[in-house]
Amino acid sequence: MVIVNQRDKIEWKEGMTVTDLFKIMGFDYALITVMINGKYIPEEDYDFTEIKDGDDVRAYHLAHGG
Amino acid sequence: MKKQNNKKKKENVPEIFSKNVEGSYAILKNKTVGIAGCGGLGSNIAVALTRSGIGNLILVDYDIIEPSNLNRQYYFQKDIGELKALALANILKEINPDVNLEVHIQELKPKDVSKIFKNVDILMEAFDKAESKKWLIDTWCQKFPDKPIICGSGMSGIGKTDMLKVNTSGNLIVCGDQFSTLKEGLSAARVAIVANMQANEAVNLLINK
Repeated sequence: MVIVNQRDKIEWKEGMTVTDLFKIMGFDYALITVMINGKYIPEEDYDFTEIKDGDDVRAYHLAHGG
Repeated sequence: MKKQNNKKKKENVPEIFSKNVEGSYAILKNKTVGIAGCGGLGSNIAVALTRSGIGNLILVDYDIIEPSNLNRQYYFQKDIGELKALALANILKEINPDVNLEVHIQELKPKDVSKIFKNVDILMEAFDKAESKKWLIDTWCQKFPDKPIICGSGMSGIGKTDMLKVNTSGNLIVCGDQFSTLKEGLSAARVAIVANMQANEAVNLLINK
């Protein structure tokens, strides 16, 4: 099981990447920053970064305004 | 035997900070916080941090104050037409003349981040555009993975106070609702709440870590 944003429980699959998870979640990652277990994941690594069973994944949506 | 003096030694706290949390001034006066952007978030963050007793701030902004900024940014009629970073510096000095300010009048670019903010304890993201927020977080997390960055995301509209959250993962702290859009408009209270959430998290990190 992977926990996304401390809320959504997603079934973990062997070899699952950040890109795979985004497809399942329906995320458009143009303005999202990803952290896994407190570690920053660069966008260019989304296709290669494998998520482990039990990982704490945060996908922060960056909204305009300030 | 000499009588022991049980009275706690009073720290030397300037009167303006005498109501602050005990012991906080001694720590915060030696800390440095960077603020990227001096608009709705940055101006309110800077004022809150200065009132908290932060000793050193680095302000970066290239923009000029317009009448439409006065609905949420910490500026006044007399400041219209002035550079935000300079007007903010004047306001902060009016609060605490001893605060050390480093002011950069420029549009911050990824290549400038290391040079300008290398000595800060915490960086505050205070941009308005989401794309700018993203590149600043990306740059910071890769250059300085051991230093916190505190961001504001989603503060448009009115009400929905209970939707404003602090979400922490490692050294990235995101304040706001993460979904409200500019179409809803920006109001003073909601922007200032998020700015003050950011400032509050910074003070907490600086004192307790």
